[in-house]
Amino acid sequence: MKKNIKYLAGLCLMALGMSSCEYDNYDEPKLLFDGNIVYEGEPIGVSYNDVYFQLWEEGWQTFGNIGVAIDQDGSFSSLLFAGDYKLIIPADQGPFMNLTNSESGSDTIPLNLTGSMNMDIEVLPYYMIRNVDISGNSSEVTANFSLEQIITDANARGVNEVVLYLSKTAFVDGRTSISSARLGGGDIADMSSIQLSTEVPNMTPTQGYVFARVGLRIDGVEDMLFSNIERIDF
Amino acid sequence: MKKIILSICACVALFTACNDEEFLTREPQDILLEDQVWESEDLVLSVLADLYNRIPDYQQLESWWNYTNFDEAFASNAGDYWRHQNQDYGYGDWGMWDYGFIRDLNLFIESAEAADQLDPNVRDRFIAEAKFIRAMSYFEHVKRMGGVPLILESLEYDYSGDPTYLQYPRAKEHEIYDFVIEEMEAIKGDLPDGGTVSRATMGAALALEARAALYAASIAKYGQNTPNVSLPGEEVGIPASMADGYYTTALDAAEELMGMGTYQLYNNDPDPAENFTNIFLNKSANNEVIFAKDYLVQARTHYFTIETIPRSLREENTVGGKLNPSLNLVQSFELLDNTFAPLPTTDENGDPIYYDEPEDIFAGRDPRLAGTVILPGTTFRGSEVDIWAGWRTADGGLITSDQLGGRGELPNGESAQLVGFDGPIPNLEWSAQNGFYIRKFVDTQVGSGQRGTRSSVWWIRFRYAEVLLNAAEAAFELGDNAKAAEYMNQVRRRAGMPVDLAPSEITFDRIIHERRVELSFENHILWDYKRWRIAHQVWNGEAVPLTNDPSESQAISTRVFGLNPYKVYAPGTANHEKWVFEEFLPTPVFNPHRFRLGNYYSRIGDDVLNGNPKIVRNPNH
Repeated sequence: MKKNIKYLAGLCLMALGMSSCEYDNYDEPKLLFDGNIVYEGEPIGVSYNDVYFQLWEEGWQTFGNIGVAIDQDGSFSSLLFAGDYKLIIPADQGPFMNLTNSESGSDTIPLNLTGSMNMDIEVLPYYMIRNVDISGNSSEVTANFSLEQIITDANARGVNEVVLYLSKTAFVDGRTSISSARLGGGDIADMSSIQLSTEVPNMTPTQGYVFARVGLRIDGVEDMLFSNIERIDF
Repeated sequence: MKKIILSICACVALFTACNDEEFLTREPQDILLEDQVWESEDLVLSVLADLYNRIPDYQQLESWWNYTNFDEAFASNAGDYWRHQNQDYGYGDWGMWDYGFIRDLNLFIESAEAADQLDPNVRDRFIAEAKFIRAMSYFEHVKRMGGVPLILESLEYDYSGDPTYLQYPRAKEHEIYDFVIEEMEAIKGDLPDGGTVSRATMGAALALEARAALYAASIAKYGQNTPNVSLPGEEVGIPASMADGYYTTALDAAEELMGMGTYQLYNNDPDPAENFTNIFLNKSANNEVIFAKDYLVQARTHYFTIETIPRSLREENTVGGKLNPSLNLVQSFELLDNTFAPLPTTDENGDPIYYDEPEDIFAGRDPRLAGTVILPGTTFRGSEVDIWAGWRTADGGLITSDQLGGRGELPNGESAQLVGFDGPIPNLEWSAQNGFYIRKFVDTQVGSGQRGTRSSVWWIRFRYAEVLLNAAEAAFELGDNAKAAEYMNQVRRRAGMPVDLAPSEITFDRIIHERRVELSFENHILWDYKRWRIAHQVWNGEAVPLTNDPSESQAISTRVFGLNPYKVYAPGTANHEKWVFEEFLPTPVFNPHRFRLGNYYSRIGDDVLNGNPKIVRNPNH
């Protein structure tokens, strides 16, 4: 009997512990804020988990930000509470420069969230990768593409290198590549026609496809600019 | 009646006891008061000992795992495999914001300055020592965080509700380096010339000054390669114009230390590899050591030997063999004719090279290799270390076992040992999983591998060879190659390299290499690669094969490689029981590591930023 009482008491405590959460928790954030980082409406490709922007909301005791990561295809999404936010892309993030926001007069974008919202954030990339054509077979993958320099004024930056990456999965950049080919900025003869090709190595376990895309490293910019990810079946 | 008497007694006792004024002003029996401490040299010294003990290090004998974070070593311990599987270094890694320590140092200095019961000479030495420790602490901060608030007095809160007067902004990065340099210049005269290595000396002050000036100089010079790693207020980043000044300071301080004549390169053993190992083990007649954290048997000891000793030689049934130096490091030790070459495993046709003995593949290399790494086929503590991965048959087949020293049948039916007692066996922790054991710092004294005694090998923070290399680097950067060669050759001659380098052979790559092999596992690699701004190139996150050109010091190196020695099974042929070698990637290593620009200066915590709005963030976070 004594054991039973202890057992019951334990059960009661557990029940209390689980149910008590209702009293002191907020509702989960429900508003979906999503969109793309774009240049003239065209999403800008980056590497995964590398580029992010910050959302700041005033009125909290400790001041911190919500980091929103930008996906490989330039898209982002975040679940938020309703409120007034300030959206900032830190100056060192991404292969692009921020545009001045007309409302705030700086690169801070005010964000009034009352319902779910889809918004594209316009930025100014140093370059765009154009006319990408990636094709190949089980032994070699070749990419043809051109570069368009977008920023040509005093803020212009040179091309450090262009790289073709192959990966086993749809995450494609230097960290995951199984094979790559690169061309230094000084070796590019004609920006309107660049060709890179690289061997497809043996994969374990074997698979009948690879993912590929080209990346551009800009002088003095950490994050690379990427083209869309292509799946190549052989 | 009895009760009444008792009550009266109790009342009397109660009232009389409280009457005594002295009761409330008695001296405590169990703690020492501030002014009692400052009356006695011995007591002050014990306070100072605590401060010495708190000098921070990143890689150190008591945290062997931090040696494996870069490409110097593989962590043969299942709980540490993540170090080879994580892609990115965290922005907060190796960060530090220890104003509690700085406050304690400031309080010590203030109390010492006010203490009038001490002999003035002794007091000045105490103050100089505390200032040395404070400069060490600021140096550790600036290496990791860039400029930090420079606070040289103890701060008190006045409970007014307004803490703004306690909020200091960050100093410029070079101001912290300037502080360290100027402070060392100011106090070096108050410190003794030698006589101790566990307390601050004039030599230690000059060694710190030289190192700090060299760091500042290279950040000024090479920081230009990473313009993103800077802040407009110069909290991070040093103007390029200051480089030469700092290089000159570094060279002057190093030469002043050399001129003292107190220190010299350790050169007591005829065998150069043995000699190199003994720098770190021999505590008597060792004039190379300038400043060390000393451990004494039975008093304060550490587990480094227990954790890293070759598996078959361990003295207890515990761990061992956790730290395996990488093939990347091993092959960067040059040949005796000053050239570089990867370890020759195959000939030009791609066929394996057959060696009579496993150690033959390492023949003719820098003796520091054998002094740093326990190689297959060599001995340690007079016993053979048994490192081999199995039998290789003529058709390339492998006969091995999944147990250390495991036995089994060979194809001809003969029973034989199939794998070494020390490994390597894939995924078997606590043995030479990548084919090597560390030798540097591993105690040769019997008993040091036991929990009851442990090891008392000291942790050397400054030694003469580093001062020479610092001077060589500074001289090279100032364009004086002759001087650079002279200093570097001193270190190389002691190491057992027979041919001197000519002044024209001194290059930036040579300097990187020399520091890599001479100072491996001595808490330099991270800070060196950071200040040269090559960390993000060497550890760039790409999974590339091991470089074939070890002289290329900035080659990408993101994964730890190993070397498997195999015994050849080919009965009846000349190659039977000879040895072949194969490079490989240990199975737990599956992600290359990446050093991002944001890793050059660690993240300042949100608690610090929230508490003091004058603090600016570090770049790229």
